[in-house]
Amino acid sequence: MLGKDLLGLYDTSAEDIVTILDTAVGMKKLLTQNLKKLPHLQGRTVTTLFYENSTRTRCSFELAAKYLGAGTVNISASSSSVQKGETLIDTGYTLDAMKNDIIVIRHPMGGAPHLLAKHVKASVVNGGDGMNEHPTQALLDFYTMREKFGSFKGLKVAILGDIKHSRVAKSNLFGLTKLGAEVTMFSPATLMPQGIERMGAKVARSREEALRGANVVMGLRIQLERMHGGLFPSLSEYAKFYGVSEEHLKYADKDCIVMHPGPVNRGVEFTSDVIDAENSEITEQVLNGVAVRMALLFLLCKNRQGGNANE
Amino acid sequence: MNKLLIKGGTAVFADGCRECDILIEGKKIIKIAGNIGRDEAKGAAVIDACGMHVFPGLIDMHVHLREPGFEYKEDIASGSAAAVRGGFTQVCCMPNTQPVCDNAAVVGYIVARGKEVGLCKIRPIGAITKGEQGEQLAEIGKMKEAGAVAISDDGRPVSNARIMRLAMEYASDFGLICLSHCEDKDLADGGVVNEGYNSTLAGLKGIPRAAEEIMLAREIILAETLGKRAHICHVSTKGGVQLLREAKARGVQITAETCPHYFTLTDDIITSFDANTKVNPPVREAEDVEAIKAGLRDGTLDCIVTDHAPHHADEKNVEYNSAAFGISGIETSFSLSYTALVKGGVLSLEQLAERMSAAPARILNLEGGALKEGGVADIMIADLNEKYVIDSKKFVSKGKNTPFNGREVYGKVKYTIVDGAVKFAE
Amino acid sequence: MSEHILMDGAAIARTLARLSHEIVEKNKGCENLCLVGIKRRGEIVAARLQALLRKFYDVEVPCAGIDIGLYRDDLVSGYFVPDAKVNRLGFSIDGKNVVLCDDVLHTGRSVRAAIEALFDLGRPANVRLLVLCDRGGREMPVSPDFVGKNIPAARSEFIDVRLQEIEGEDALGITDRQS
Repeated sequence: MLGKDLLGLYDTSAEDIVTILDTAVGMKKLLTQNLKKLPHLQGRTVTTLFYENSTRTRCSFELAAKYLGAGTVNISASSSSVQKGETLIDTGYTLDAMKNDIIVIRHPMGGAPHLLAKHVKASVVNGGDGMNEHPTQALLDFYTMREKFGSFKGLKVAILGDIKHSRVAKSNLFGLTKLGAEVTMFSPATLMPQGIERMGAKVARSREEALRGANVVMGLRIQLERMHGGLFPSLSEYAKFYGVSEEHLKYADKDCIVMHPGPVNRGVEFTSDVIDAENSEITEQVLNGVAVRMALLFLLCKNRQGGNANE
Repeated sequence: MNKLLIKGGTAVFADGCRECDILIEGKKIIKIAGNIGRDEAKGAAVIDACGMHVFPGLIDMHVHLREPGFEYKEDIASGSAAAVRGGFTQVCCMPNTQPVCDNAAVVGYIVARGKEVGLCKIRPIGAITKGEQGEQLAEIGKMKEAGAVAISDDGRPVSNARIMRLAMEYASDFGLICLSHCEDKDLADGGVVNEGYNSTLAGLKGIPRAAEEIMLAREIILAETLGKRAHICHVSTKGGVQLLREAKARGVQITAETCPHYFTLTDDIITSFDANTKVNPPVREAEDVEAIKAGLRDGTLDCIVTDHAPHHADEKNVEYNSAAFGISGIETSFSLSYTALVKGGVLSLEQLAERMSAAPARILNLEGGALKEGGVADIMIADLNEKYVIDSKKFVSKGKNTPFNGREVYGKVKYTIVDGAVKFAE
Repeated sequence: MSEHILMDGAAIARTLARLSHEIVEKNKGCENLCLVGIKRRGEIVAARLQALLRKFYDVEVPCAGIDIGLYRDDLVSGYFVPDAKVNRLGFSIDGKNVVLCDDVLHTGRSVRAAIEALFDLGRPANVRLLVLCDRGGREMPVSPDFVGKNIPAARSEFIDVRLQEIEGEDALGITDRQS
């Protein structure tokens, strides 16, 4: 069963993933009726410790915590003692001393949540660490797919974009292969990491090959700094040879859905007609993100004290 | 003069192992014979080495002792104590200190501190370039005079090929060899682990093998075209071994070293995010480990060094990317090498002694490296049957940074004798 | 495990009729009155009463159901996600005389939750409690104002209310789960 922390989907069982998704169904039902007042995390504190800028992930976690009745504290790198040179472990000790129950950490370095988790009593949730994992984003992606298709068995998922630097791609890959889906990836060779095939992904040699018969077409954000790093020549060249337009979607299954973890570069990963199309789940993903994070916080808290909030 | 008799041990010579007694007088081995009688050894202290093996004192031509400048990581006293505990009688320390060991004064200081501490012999390695900046040659002649045994910009590769060429040429006038840390910094691009399946799995930035091999090829070409000697530090890749093997076959005067972690570990360990596994070059994959072993067996890799790189715990108890590179390895080198290579069927005991003692002595033209009458009494005695579990808490080095904690190994160092005096006894 | 029928359809109809009169009696008329039933069966009870008031007094008393899922006191201890609906009564309870309706009154916990739910919707002048059956066994300081039938029951006994709208018949039975 789900342990103290959620650090990545690589070490999370299919069973636990399904438990989180199932719990999120109830959460979403409440959310869609605008019922945002659950008592489960009353008296608990959820801290978001973000060493990287992020609006949507932080906001999503914070609202999820608030809807469950928790108190929330936000710490960001610019305002925290990180600037004063405090180590992550010391920050962890401090947060523990203040009786935090859950720490959501986002960090530019892979493994930072693992280091923190080893040293704190609080539950640690990985909100994205370097190029390693972004488990809650993948979970909300799974939720979205399951809601549309009912099951993962044989589901064809095409992931296009900067695979190499994408924690989202990896968490999706780890989870989807466990759930029985087929994952195909496509990116410029400079943005494809080594060994990804050994992890169960199929690497397509062309955009058409990647999209052929896909039920899910997922784009990943292209960071401008990768261009400055020389990994591809320009956004317009990227869009021309690696981006997805309505035209390309014809290769995909006719009932396919389009997903993107956001924020989207319009006209780069996807053209606007793809982003705004009826089969685009991009905004639905955001709502599902809150539901999935509520479910996760709920389950972690349930684990913490055998379901008894009053310590 | 003091006398010491090592009785009943199995001595490891280049041509085989023989049970014999070894008599030491002053700093020299004066007699090696099947049985040295009590009267002949009158007044000698006796070490009962029955059931143990007697090796020429181990020589580590690549360590970091951190003094001057980083005494919080290690100093010459703690590093020397760690060295003799590891069975080493001579160690060569790299110049990336603060200030950099790029002049005779710092070389002289290290030599003097080494003598003052008086455990093992400390042989400083001077910097190739001033401040290890890779721009201007350091005063190589003066450093040699002060006691430097080689030159290297270890940790900071000489990226300018012209400077390396000049260094090889100029150093040869003084009989010194350049030890090259091969790493193309542009290709390495801030990587922290081996580039491959596991770097992708852990989401840590990879250093491709090519970063090491490209500069290694450059050194081979320079040594070959200049007709000079060169030595390659800490070889970690299969391709590197292959390049060296071919170069040696052509007669290039090139030598090379590797470290225990490159023939005992694969990058499977990095997914734990334990920063004690972070080392440069990074530990690679199974096929590299096999190639390193093969290179040691056929002599492509001349010697085993530790690249002993002690760090303070605070420099390892951080995010993997932020952690310092390096393994505190001098106290585990012999056991790891014996277990992996001799018990693992890669090397004979004689070959192990060659790689850990004779070869470094030959490459750097140092004393020792063999057990022989009239030779210096630098000796290590080990119990090869003793099994133990590596525990960094027991390290005498200030650096407890090892990825080998909890590993079961064979071959425990029992005595280390330097210049005829017992400097370590368990 | 045989069921013993305590009220049949006719008995329930008579009881509800009596209760409707009692409401008007206590309220001194139909002024300012509204009915709120605890979902699901309480809502039906309330709707029946609304119909009876219309029949006897020719008035249209506002009536609605209320979902107490989010207000249950065992959400945290039991750690489950309630399958709740948002509460929209369709009329204001501010300053009203609310008659809160349920089928069976037992521990009083549902009533406590319902009162909390009501106060999230407005501030009534007073709240009175009407139940079809009071089986005793209170765990909260709750007392009903209008009772259809008092049936003191043991913990092991189960009161089964069946309603036309759900089960297709009106009946109130008791079953001993131990027997």
